[in-house]
Amino acid sequence: MSLNSVPVRSCTIKMSSRFHQLLPMLLLLSVGVSAVEVQRPRGVPLSKRQFYEEGKPFTCLDGSHSIPFDRVNDDYCDCQDGSDEPGTAACPNGSFHCTNAGFRPAFIPSSRINDGICDCCDTTDEYNSGAACQNTCREMGHKERESLQKMAEIAKEGFVLKQQLIQEAKRGIEDKKAKLVDVQVVKKDLEEKVEALRTVKETAEQPEKEAKERHLKAWEDQKALIRMEKDKARMAVVFLELDDDADGLVSVSELLSHSELDPDSDASFTEAEAQGLLGGVDKVDTEAFEAVWNNLKEKYVSEATEDTAAPVETPPEEVREPASDNESEQYPEDDVQEDEEEEDEEDEDDDQDDADYKTPPTPATQEKKDDDDEGTMPPYDQETQNLIDAAQKARDDFDEAERALREVDDQITNLEKEISFDFGPNAEFAYFYSQCYELSTSEYIYRLCPFNRVSQKPKYGGSETNLGTWGKWAGPEENVYSMMKYEHGTGCWQGPNRSTTVKLTCGKETVVTSTSEPSRCEYLMEFTSPAICGEPPSRDSEPRDHEEL
Amino acid sequence: MSLNSRGLLAFEHLRMRKDTQADPEPEKKEEADPDNQAETAKEEEEKVEEGMWEETFKSHSDGKPNGPSSVSLDFSLPGVEHVYGIPEHADTLRLKTTDNGDPYRLYNLDVFQYELYNPMALYGAVPVMLAHHAQRTTGVFWLNAAETWVDISSNTAGKTVFGKMLDYVQGSSETPQTDVRWISESGIIDVFIMLGPTPKDVFSQYASLTGTQSFPPLTSLGYHQCRWNYNDQEDVQSVDAGFDEHDIPYDFIWLDIEHTDGKRYFTWDPHKFATPKEMLQGIMDKKRKMVAIVDPHIKVDSNYKIHNEIRSRGFYIKNKDGGDYEGWCWPGSAGYPDFTRADMRAWWASMFAYDQYEGSMENLYTWNDMNEPSVFNGPEVTMHKDAMHGDWEHRDVHNLYGFYVQMATAEGLIQRSGGVERPFVLTRAFFAGSQRYGAVWTGDNAAEWDHLKISIPMCLSLGLVGISFCGADVGGFFKSPSTELLVRWYQTGAYQPFFRAHAHLDTPRREPWLFGPENTALIRDAVRQRYTLMPYWYLQFYQAHHTGQPVMRPLWVEYPQDPATFALDDEFLIGRDLLVHPVTEEGVRGVTAYLPGKDEVWFDVHTFQKHNGAQNLYIPVTISSIPVFQRGGSIIPRKLRVRRSSSCMEHDPYSLYVALNPQRTAEGELYIDDGHTFNYEKKEFVHRRLSFANNLLSSVDLAPDAQFTTHSWIERIIILGASKPSKVTLKTADGQESHIDFEFDASMSVLTLRKPGMNSGADWTVMLQ
Repeated sequence: MSLNSVPVRSCTIKMSSRFHQLLPMLLLLSVGVSAVEVQRPRGVPLSKRQFYEEGKPFTCLDGSHSIPFDRVNDDYCDCQDGSDEPGTAACPNGSFHCTNAGFRPAFIPSSRINDGICDCCDTTDEYNSGAACQNTCREMGHKERESLQKMAEIAKEGFVLKQQLIQEAKRGIEDKKAKLVDVQVVKKDLEEKVEALRTVKETAEQPEKEAKERHLKAWEDQKALIRMEKDKARMAVVFLELDDDADGLVSVSELLSHSELDPDSDASFTEAEAQGLLGGVDKVDTEAFEAVWNNLKEKYVSEATEDTAAPVETPPEEVREPASDNESEQYPEDDVQEDEEEEDEEDEDDDQDDADYKTPPTPATQEKKDDDDEGTMPPYDQETQNLIDAAQKARDDFDEAERALREVDDQITNLEKEISFDFGPNAEFAYFYSQCYELSTSEYIYRLCPFNRVSQKPKYGGSETNLGTWGKWAGPEENVYSMMKYEHGTGCWQGPNRSTTVKLTCGKETVVTSTSEPSRCEYLMEFTSPAICGEPPSRDSEPRDHEEL
Repeated sequence: MSLNSRGLLAFEHLRMRKDTQADPEPEKKEEADPDNQAETAKEEEEKVEEGMWEETFKSHSDGKPNGPSSVSLDFSLPGVEHVYGIPEHADTLRLKTTDNGDPYRLYNLDVFQYELYNPMALYGAVPVMLAHHAQRTTGVFWLNAAETWVDISSNTAGKTVFGKMLDYVQGSSETPQTDVRWISESGIIDVFIMLGPTPKDVFSQYASLTGTQSFPPLTSLGYHQCRWNYNDQEDVQSVDAGFDEHDIPYDFIWLDIEHTDGKRYFTWDPHKFATPKEMLQGIMDKKRKMVAIVDPHIKVDSNYKIHNEIRSRGFYIKNKDGGDYEGWCWPGSAGYPDFTRADMRAWWASMFAYDQYEGSMENLYTWNDMNEPSVFNGPEVTMHKDAMHGDWEHRDVHNLYGFYVQMATAEGLIQRSGGVERPFVLTRAFFAGSQRYGAVWTGDNAAEWDHLKISIPMCLSLGLVGISFCGADVGGFFKSPSTELLVRWYQTGAYQPFFRAHAHLDTPRREPWLFGPENTALIRDAVRQRYTLMPYWYLQFYQAHHTGQPVMRPLWVEYPQDPATFALDDEFLIGRDLLVHPVTEEGVRGVTAYLPGKDEVWFDVHTFQKHNGAQNLYIPVTISSIPVFQRGGSIIPRKLRVRRSSSCMEHDPYSLYVALNPQRTAEGELYIDDGHTFNYEKKEFVHRRLSFANNLLSSVDLAPDAQFTTHSWIERIIILGASKPSKVTLKTADGQESHIDFEFDASMSVLTLRKPGMNSGADWTVMLQ
């Protein structure tokens, strides 16, 4: 290229407040072939040169009105659109064109003309401010070309890698699709198996259930019998207790000594009431007593235990442990074991203390006590036990098959998700899947697991913070895959939930290059990957074309 | 005005604690010997009440070595129904009566999320009240830096307009009267009465007591971009670049506490701000500046030079037991230098020297925050009243602490330049006289519409008591503003003296370009309006510096006989000539502005539409509207070439906006100097009177003994309310005459003179014929 070897004439402009000065320019019409000097007012790009014809009235580019040509660049704004002052700062909305030979031409706002700050690398914006600007265009052009070249190389290599990634991803997807088909077959088999085992299970469970019920029924009957006998024994004891004069009869007066029997509990146990309890008669013998026993047995307090009322009330607590264990009825043998163990006094006390602040004794526990008194259910007979064992095996087989089916379902879900996941136009981003990439800074280790989550862990101890879970591709419309958004991370104090934007740039390696927190709890991560590399321009068309020298 | 007419003059004399005299450890004695109590009681001639010698507040205790001291006096103001001032309160401009609640409290406090329309104490205190009625304005300056309360009552407060009319018709009305009572916890009664009779007289009388507004560097009147915090140098650079990319001017970018090395002021975070000079140079290359925070709480850390020096020199405030007072603040345990000591202030000022404050450069300025002082674990988040400044208790000087911090800092910035450059220091706490040292902002406000609205009366109240350089955090400090609120806040802030956006650490970023191109354009437009008016703002500050007049004024100051203006605080004047009624309500389609002046006219600065004075004008608004009016009879210089910072605009030409009154005259001034040094004190400036009368517009030297060369020239002259001339001639000092081209817009009666081109510092006359 001969671009840089073309001499550039620097122009010294004598400013006049009234008259414009045309800026003589060197121009290469066709690069490196011939140089033609084209005159145009300062700050006008070549493309607009034809609108500024010396000597002819100038029409504002918005067509609003015309002014004499000597008002172009006269440092006074005549056109609303600023087009009459391309080379001065007079118009608030004007723009100035720097040729920037050796670098890229540029437009800058008119307000940057002669403001003492060098904006154009060719220094042309500071022609009257006294600012000592150096022409840096060649240097910048050189640097830019170098960096463009470097980027082009990276892009080129990256693009090759990307093709591989695309191939791999294609293969990967094919594999997964094939696997999906296989797994679906497996699933079908499993489904059939599950159904078959279900039938087996249900078939085995029916007799099991019946046998268990039988066993239980027998046990219930037996318990009822025991209860009845006990009741009768108590009735006999009570009769003897009540029958103070041992005349074989319980009389109203004998009954009256037991004030707890007062039916309306009004602190006055009357004879009439007592009589009522005895079925309307004054005395009852043992036989008649049996008939009225139901009126008495709930409230009656034994004379023998009256003084030691406390132990009577404690039994509910004593049985708290067995009672609760009784809830797991399928393990009756445990109960037996429990009961066989001798509880020492201290344990009992502990239980009592527990009960004091936990739950008051309830009728339920009272009943359990009876159960306890009545002993525990005897073990199943061999026949029942055989039925139970058979049913259990059927259940286990069924559960195992069902578990296997669930696993296969999960596998299918995952495969389908992965197959249908948006890994880019050619699935080039598929290789990130189930990978994680880390960046270590002075304070933290940042971890990016693409399509999953971003996290931050303090280097020197402390727990991990979730900076967001996979949300979506979030690049601009024309390049949606250039950014990823991870959302709904750990909440910030008085702030939003943490979130992370991951910017993807072309690189040979897949690596997190930087992280920052531009706004509180909004993180930015830079991530390079060959997968984002675009197709490098072909050799023929140079990356840059110069509009002008 | 009459004093003590209600007989509330009172003081509690200082006491010696008798039991303390009798026995140095009376409490121990009592504990040890309870039988002795009778004897102790005998010793006490006065009845000891609870709290006389010690008070507790929450977990804090306040030893009161002088007993229950206090002073009080009442002032009666016959004929007065409007009193103003005694900032800082988040309340209406016109002070309310306090009969049914707490008095207005003056006690500098770091208030977390302050409440509006409330007499509670805030960050600063200026014990000055103005009283106004149509015939006279007076003022009371209660010079006392202790905790102070002001009670206000009025015999007309409860009356409706109808009631007042009835009184008037019946002729039975008693004279309206406002009664005020001042109470301070300690000190003496030291009161100055300013007799007026005009508002301007009161301002100059008060200025003669406490001084005038410092003349700030021109650039500090531009836009300030702040945030807690810009994270690192790269962040600063990218925000700076963002302003250029979006073509929005700004002059200062700010760094809050996170820029320091562990909240050690005068240092830089070694990782995030490793090369501060490089950063400052980058900003300087754009002709911009930076402010870094320096708070008065000093980290107790034996590896910290500032702490070691203060401790070894004995400069820290002491606790009541004589040790260095320590409190909890941003750095953790912190000491508080005793800024009431002149030698401490001199030392502090010396710390701003370029060789002391490492990484500082001439474009680095300072922000003093937390100088109430804020003590996180102190009573009401401030210092214990029994802490000691030499022989003085903190209780006696509390409200002065922040004043002295800013004073010492400003002095430091002056000294580092060898006395050449004007300082810029922002403070949160203040006292009477703080105007001499820089700017003040209204502290930690919130991103709410009511906070936007209250910024007007808060700054107006400060202006009335001398502190003109006032602003509120644009956008609101706490919380996150809606886009509409942010835009409206920029529009309002652009027309308030100190124009700075700021945001809390926990809020999302809100640089002006983050809300879509339309909102960026709206904010750009508001900021650019500010920059076109920089010559006018600068002139106002020059005048405030000389006369003590407020820059941002309530309307009644200029229209003292128009009762319709007395309570207005949703609009204000900048100087005399610009009336601003910003839109401070959400979603409105219009605002009603009161345009004062029976025989006056006002011109809409955007459309040049003329409106008559003495009317309530309904102005339809859109989101881009900032209702601003130029007074007929005024001439306002502007610079229309808005550049990326005000320094870049230094040599740019002026456009003169001549707004004719019904008599077809107008007057204005133009002031030009170098914008940043004290050379104006050596008469290096241009100060001209511009006047229009009899179709002649002329520029006359107001300071013939002053000298300054300016490159700026007169680019255009826009005459509002003009008629069409047949020709326009410019006559320069040397007698040369030349024709000036002009355009006339008949529909709006606007005459634009094209490029007269004379130097701004020269004598000239333009004739319309």
